[in-house]
Amino acid sequence: MSRSSGSGLQQCPAAGEGRDGILQEQGQRQVFCGLTSIVWLHRKMRDAFFLVVGSRTCAHLLQSAAGVMIFAEPRFATAVLGERDLAGMADCNDELDRIVGELLERRPEIRNLFLVGSCPSEVIKLDLDKAAERLTAAHEGGVRVVHYSGSGLETAFTQGEDQCLTSLAARLPAKTDEAPSLIVLGTLADVVEDQFRRLFDELGIGPVAFLPPRRSDELPPVGPGTRLLLAQPFVGEATRALIRRGAERIEAPYPLGVEGTLQWLRAAAEAFGVEQERVDEVTAAPVARAREALARQGERLRGRRITFLPDSQLELPLARFLAAECGMEPVEVAMPYYDRELHGAEREALGEGVRLVEGQDLEAQLDRLRADRPDLTVCGLGLANPLEAEGLLTKWSIELVFSPIQGFEQAGDLAELFARPLVRRETLRV
Amino acid sequence: MELTLWTYEGPPHVGAMRVAASMEGVHYVLHAPQGDTYADLLFTMIERRPSRPPVTYTTFQARHLGRDTAELVRETVAAAYERHRPQALLVGEACTAELLQDQPGSLAANMELPVPVIALESGAYSRKEGFGASEAFYQLVRGLAGPAAEAAGTERAGGEAPRANLLGPTSLGFRCRDDVREVTGLLEALGVTVNVVAPLGATPDDLRRIPEADFNICLYPEVARTACEWLQRHLRQPMVTTVPLGLGATRDFIREVGEVAGIDTAAAAADADARMAWYSRSVDSNYLTGKRAFIFGDATHAVAAARIAHEELGFTVVGLGTYSREHAREVRRAAKAYGVEPLITDDYLEVERRVAEATPELVLGTQMERHIAKRLGLPCAVISAPAHVQDFPARYAPNMGLEGANVIFDTWVHPLMMGLEEHLLGMFKEDSEFSADAPSHLETTAAPAAAGAEEASAAAAEPAAEAPQGAGVQWTADAEAELRKIPFFVRGKARRNTERFAADRGIATITVETIYDAKAHFSR
Repeated sequence: MSRSSGSGLQQCPAAGEGRDGILQEQGQRQVFCGLTSIVWLHRKMRDAFFLVVGSRTCAHLLQSAAGVMIFAEPRFATAVLGERDLAGMADCNDELDRIVGELLERRPEIRNLFLVGSCPSEVIKLDLDKAAERLTAAHEGGVRVVHYSGSGLETAFTQGEDQCLTSLAARLPAKTDEAPSLIVLGTLADVVEDQFRRLFDELGIGPVAFLPPRRSDELPPVGPGTRLLLAQPFVGEATRALIRRGAERIEAPYPLGVEGTLQWLRAAAEAFGVEQERVDEVTAAPVARAREALARQGERLRGRRITFLPDSQLELPLARFLAAECGMEPVEVAMPYYDRELHGAEREALGEGVRLVEGQDLEAQLDRLRADRPDLTVCGLGLANPLEAEGLLTKWSIELVFSPIQGFEQAGDLAELFARPLVRRETLRV
Repeated sequence: MELTLWTYEGPPHVGAMRVAASMEGVHYVLHAPQGDTYADLLFTMIERRPSRPPVTYTTFQARHLGRDTAELVRETVAAAYERHRPQALLVGEACTAELLQDQPGSLAANMELPVPVIALESGAYSRKEGFGASEAFYQLVRGLAGPAAEAAGTERAGGEAPRANLLGPTSLGFRCRDDVREVTGLLEALGVTVNVVAPLGATPDDLRRIPEADFNICLYPEVARTACEWLQRHLRQPMVTTVPLGLGATRDFIREVGEVAGIDTAAAAADADARMAWYSRSVDSNYLTGKRAFIFGDATHAVAAARIAHEELGFTVVGLGTYSREHAREVRRAAKAYGVEPLITDDYLEVERRVAEATPELVLGTQMERHIAKRLGLPCAVISAPAHVQDFPARYAPNMGLEGANVIFDTWVHPLMMGLEEHLLGMFKEDSEFSADAPSHLETTAAPAAAGAEEASAAAAEPAAEAPQGAGVQWTADAEAELRKIPFFVRGKARRNTERFAADRGIATITVETIYDAKAHFSR
């Protein structure tokens, strides 16, 4: 039930509709494909190269998404399919071998090459798994070649990272003992990763590995005794792949905001048999700092109504954080996919009274948005300026994937990302 | 397959989008997988457009594959028509949809919508953005202006001002917004009325009025030449082909408009002047003489830039090229006139190699050449698309006409002044470190120092333009030191010439003497 009473919406879901009271929507989708995740993954893994096998559109997407970064130190490229390639499959494999050869000659420092599948490569059924095996054998000892899909057919935005991590999960060495260890799953900014590492050290939790790693050869062993702590809500496939290899997931909310981070650490501490008093002791100072920073931003956000259009799967935990810790009122929270295992607890924490939507039918959703007229709309860059021009205030969503937002020290920054458009609107006299 | 780090042009459907987004009352249904909506943000972010581009995507996913996708096309076309009620509908496919062969164009044509449906062929694996834009515009003109040609007729009351269409400006085109304003003002001053500007700002009804004009001005041949040639053949509308980029070209443009319109514009052409002419003649600009310029961009802007550089600024053109293969002939012809080897390529690594070889003092290019120049430590100005957000400025910034010439003067000279400042800084720095035995590739690290550390490390990772190239030719320490006394922006050229001179004469070791021998040799 929407809090925007009297908006006269026919599509507002009744409680219990769909799974977990979530409306299923189909139609035109305004989301990125999984290839976009290369833009941050290539910065995280410094010895990896991402070669998309696709069309000019894929190359165009990457350079549009990467903006000016493409020339800084590009560790991604596209093998653009031409008409000749579509004619004969055998030629296609030869061509790929030639291009990979050229590429590795140019970039001898690359240790890990990801062959990233795209819509065109999947439609013509180019077997990139086999190509990856063949190329790994051909460049034996030098470079590992792995395939995953970042196509729009299979993945939306952050799911590209999930597919990449799943391809890594298969390659983690098997654990030789059953001693406890921790894998933190999902890309975090380096600064956030370092903060968490210090906290785990102080709590006596370890050994801790972060996946994806900073260097692709720093792959932690996995097996019985390995605990998984999810730092991102979009790593479902990778989680299941690691569970199949004997790892065990620690149930926790995502480390967004003070409470989210605290519960995340508590869950880890409990799994490692660390006293909760010890957690309180270790986190007391950062929690106090974070609450203070948050309080300042919270004033600007309290009572404001917010809608999320689907983008990254961060929508549920972000809405939970903004509602619980900043006093915002979520109106509609839409997500590209709902994964009960990964999002169920966040969905429950959000409570009732929020319209939840899985998938998208763009025009219908925009009609609801215009009827709701929330104070803030979280959406992609294709919609942000047009909605601003309609008088709807927006927060562009990609920034939430590109900024350090997790953990105590970033709780204030995270709230500030949402407060900034409101402050700006109040400041401007143009 | 082609290894691509950067593409100068997007796929053809992005060209069609640019035409649709330029117009009012046109909607484009694009059969494309989930994710291809990224193209919207070119318009909403780079051009800061305040509305969504008029494009509805089918955004199919894996679960739709099979016979579902054709049905999805029909549903999407029906829904898009219902919601947007366009006056004309473009229907096409992106690269992945092209593989599915759903024939969205004919599917839509068979739906008997009460508006013209124009089916676009895609050719996504052989064609690019420029072709896509040109083809979409041509099909629209042919579909809408063609049938109206006879009805519209050309009966005009005697003594009425000649009327022209301005064809070619588009959304995401380089400075199109202000070029249109500048050229419209220029024509009005000549007594020529602008009939239709298209596709930028035009409606389908406007396209139907194209035949009412006396002639067409092909302002951006990359987009409008095909349409203009068709209009010339079928409606006998002559076209003006001179593009008024630069002062000389603007004067020629005025003359050609006069010839085609049948009015006397000789005096107007002779009077046409811009501040840039005096600026360029003033003694301040003396040091610009013979500056080595490397030029790359779309064919129209590259050819025009070469003329401006040579005739109006007194530069030496040391490289000229384009990524638009369809218009390569003009670039080849111009390159021949300036005595340089034309560069027709869309491979940015090839462009980078050629820039490095030519050792220019100024690079005039696209957004990509800006990065190449940064990496090589060379001054640069953007003259053509693809361009980034900063080249869609808030201020009035035409490139065409008289004000365009003024804008160009400031834009091109600005980085050179900076280059000179940088050079002075470099000289003083070098002086103080002379005893400290500076590294031989000091120039490669010093030049990009102002840029981010990232660029610096990238530049250091690969040998830059100035690194020694001559196989087996050694430099004595004295010669290296002497070379470093040469201002850095001509140092690369000096190094290359000296090495070539030495290699040609079998000199194994370059001394200070060799440098000056080579200098004397090449200055002849």
